Amino acid sequence: MILDQKHARLQKLFRQFAETEFTKEILDRLDETGEFEWDIFRKMARYGFCGVKIPKEYGGAGGDYLAYALLVEEFARVSPVLSIYANTSNSLGGGPLMLAGSEEQKQTYLPPVARGEKIMVFALTEPGAGSDAGGTTTRAEEQPDGSFIINGRKTFISGAPMADWCILFAKTDPTQKGSRGISMFVLDMKLPGVSCGKPEHKMGIKGYPTCDLVLEDVHVPASALVGRKDKGFGYAMQTLDGGRLGMAAQGVGIAQGCLEEAIRYAKERKQFGKPIANFQAISFMLADMATETEAARQLVYHAAQLKDAGKDAGQACSMAKYFAAEAANHVAYKAVQIHGGYGYINEYKVERFYRDARIVPIYEGTSQVQQMVIAGTLLK
Amino acid sequence: MSEYNSSAIEEFSGIWVFCEQRDGKLMPTDFELISEGRKIADQRGCELTGLLLGSDVEGIAAELGGYGADKVIVCDDPALKVYTNEAYTNVVCDMVKERKPEVLLFGASNIGRDLAPRCAARLHTGLTADCTHLDIDMNTYVDFLDKNSNVDVANEKFKMEDVNLKMTRPAFGGHLMATIICPRFRPCMSTVRPGVMKKNEYDSAAAQKCAVEVVKPGIDEKELHEKVLEVVKEAKELVDLVGADVVVSIGNGASKDVEKAKALAQELADALGGGVVGSSRALVDAGLMSADRQVGQTGKTVHPKVYVALGISGAIQHKAGMQNSELIIAVNKNGSEPIFEVADYGLVGDLFKVVPEMITAIKAAK
Amino acid sequence: MKIYVCVKQVPDTSGVVAVNPDGTMNRSKMPTIINPDDLNAMEAALTFKDQNEDCKVVAISMGPPQAAEMMRELLAMGADEAVLISGREFGGSDTFATSQIVAAGIHHMGLEKEDMIFCGRQAIDGDTAQVGPQIAEKLHLPQVTYAVDIQKDGDTLTVRRALEDGYMKIQVQTPCLITCIKELNEPRYMTVKGVLECDEMPFTILDYEALKDEPLIEADTIGLKGSPTNIFKSFNPPVKGVGMMLEGTEKEMANDLAARLAEKHVI
Repeated sequence: MILDQKHARLQKLFRQFAETEFTKEILDRLDETGEFEWDIFRKMARYGFCGVKIPKEYGGAGGDYLAYALLVEEFARVSPVLSIYANTSNSLGGGPLMLAGSEEQKQTYLPPVARGEKIMVFALTEPGAGSDAGGTTTRAEEQPDGSFIINGRKTFISGAPMADWCILFAKTDPTQKGSRGISMFVLDMKLPGVSCGKPEHKMGIKGYPTCDLVLEDVHVPASALVGRKDKGFGYAMQTLDGGRLGMAAQGVGIAQGCLEEAIRYAKERKQFGKPIANFQAISFMLADMATETEAARQLVYHAAQLKDAGKDAGQACSMAKYFAAEAANHVAYKAVQIHGGYGYINEYKVERFYRDARIVPIYEGTSQVQQMVIAGTLLK
Repeated sequence: MSEYNSSAIEEFSGIWVFCEQRDGKLMPTDFELISEGRKIADQRGCELTGLLLGSDVEGIAAELGGYGADKVIVCDDPALKVYTNEAYTNVVCDMVKERKPEVLLFGASNIGRDLAPRCAARLHTGLTADCTHLDIDMNTYVDFLDKNSNVDVANEKFKMEDVNLKMTRPAFGGHLMATIICPRFRPCMSTVRPGVMKKNEYDSAAAQKCAVEVVKPGIDEKELHEKVLEVVKEAKELVDLVGADVVVSIGNGASKDVEKAKALAQELADALGGGVVGSSRALVDAGLMSADRQVGQTGKTVHPKVYVALGISGAIQHKAGMQNSELIIAVNKNGSEPIFEVADYGLVGDLFKVVPEMITAIKAAK
Repeated sequence: MKIYVCVKQVPDTSGVVAVNPDGTMNRSKMPTIINPDDLNAMEAALTFKDQNEDCKVVAISMGPPQAAEMMRELLAMGADEAVLISGREFGGSDTFATSQIVAAGIHHMGLEKEDMIFCGRQAIDGDTAQVGPQIAEKLHLPQVTYAVDIQKDGDTLTVRRALEDGYMKIQVQTPCLITCIKELNEPRYMTVKGVLECDEMPFTILDYEALKDEPLIEADTIGLKGSPTNIFKSFNPPVKGVGMMLEGTEKEMANDLAARLAEKHVI
């Protein structure tokens, strides 16, 4: 597809920002310390990146899914982890409230999240409930006054240590089987009984801490319930649909970043008296990488357009996520291969891209879950 | 002065050079400009006049004669002690309107570039910025083209009787040279890059013969709208790129450890006999090197005996500032970078690995 | 208070330069950017706007119709209004004629007691630094060039002006013209909201018809005909032959170089 002027302008803005602000110094520090970089987050907030897709009436910029996909792609092209910084508020953080929140909830939570003043994260996964989210055991017991007492443990919660609020899924009706009887809450992370585990030591995406979320007799008011009681699983799936699009865009960005690094290196590196780009073994690899990247990009943009047109995009989002996540890994693999030994040391960018790429086919629905969704729709 | 008409070009004669003083001292550029002015005054067969504005500066005027001025007009007023755009523009324009010089040159310093355009606009004439070569005589101009361009001089027709000042400057970052004329108005005005024109040998006999005329413009300070609150000289680490015999510049290839690259560059410059460290625009723009070290079209023009480019790709704006160096050595990871097109010696490799070897080898060879 | 920011769209000479067969630069094949120093002028104006609710920032440029996209970007950065002076009659203008036309444009839009004009120091395609001062002259305004700091107190402006060996602090009254350099500030980016809204913001195109009654606009002061300077000749500097590429390991290349330098008595 051809971007219209507005989206082309946005793409230029995102690219300019990423290329200028995501300095080697910041990227190295993120990777070395694994700690959240507040300064760059605040700078993103200043330009409205945290609220790209949040409607204007809730403090956002009112952009569409395509704008959001471009944001994640362009940021990931330079830094996959920093693409998460501006992503969460637009997808898993702000998404559930936009989907099912009451007007009061939207007015309370969305504007500060859109402006990047508060951080909202998403907590669905549990030690025993990953792809099978229906296995949720975290329990929210309704009290006579309508409030809830929550107990349980969530795992791999990205951004939990910095979060002010969290979208939490808990079983409200244990008599209902599987995915039924689960409700969605907006949880204040400062409530008594809420605690975070130690940040995990991850392979990549370092600098956006991920940890367990422990809930011990957390007392939340009735107003914390988002949408209809016991219907939370549906909201989770719909939110993940949009989230998938973002992570697909992240895959495209990673692939593009790897491709550019590989081209640069192949032209620069000389062996047997000529640049290695002159060898067909290398140039054909580059051709494959470029083709796969572009195919992934078109799937992502198409899925975004479907969503923006209000059409059913579940299938398209799954295809985009599946293909782009795999493409990112194929391309990163080849980029490292083209770099040879240098691709294995952290002085070259592809080493980090390679590690970062590995999570894309795993989070927000593994490639296998996407295959299930795609096949399920085909065979319906 | 209603009779002043900048298009009555036959009324104008003589070459003038605006001579800048700061703190009552002439600037080095003044001598370069007077020397260049002498050259074109001889081509035109006319008088060369220095125009010096200041307060109590009569005593420094004669020195300009030592570089070729026949005469210096000193506009003396307490209000001219420190430069202000308003007072200087008024005085320069009044003098031009009264005396009608054919050519008026300025140094392209921060002050010259503040004053000259304003004067040109008021005098209704053209101004050419940052010239690197000036000619009036067509024979010398054609000769210049022959030596410094790809123009096939023998097969081209020139209007040999042209007496406009031909002002040559780099355009588009030095990729293209353009010679500009101002045929319909006078004076022909130009600013000239510091460090480009050659200074004449100082001739003390000529200095003694130089006529000095003092003019009192009688400025009413109450009429002035621009106030200078203070002038501060900053004790900057003085980087004399223009005057250095050896310049070792670093570029993007140094960005992973600029401090180390800077130290290596200085060490290499010292090994080559002593010199200074320059920079490409990229590192200056990134805030990694100070602007006074920038070599190139928007930085300084250098022509040292040895110029070493480390990790510099050789964008045209950089080349514009260094390609006239006597000997150029380039080190870059990528052997196809344009810097190698102007280099006498090219070394393909990582500067952090190559430069230490160069230092060792040069020290050993001495 | 209104601040006019004069901007120019320029070819991006930092990348690859497209060249015509005759050696001139092929502008149409080169990506264009907003002139870098002009962004510093823009930032200075927007900083004032951030601090003063009644401050209006007007971006003004002269150029071909394609410069409209640049004007939209300036609106997306935070300008309140954009004005593009565009017309065949204005083509071929040198700095004298350009400043004449831009000054006419600003006069047309109106300049009040507390207003200011900010320009970049110079444009990277010409590097003349002449248009700013010449606009000031034509509007009879005080000017301060090479600004590294601007403080405003009512209609008094205190500006730090960079010199090669330090700076001077200058006080002028508004309305006035300031040219800005890189050291003044760090330009901001567009905002997401700005990008999404800039198409609906006020954008005026001033053509010859709109400006022809301005006193500064006369046939002999604008365009190619009104330009005092003409190109006499343009040419390529001679290409210096490609030098010698040294070969071998780092050590071998270094030794080879040292031997050659010694032979030439450079060392």
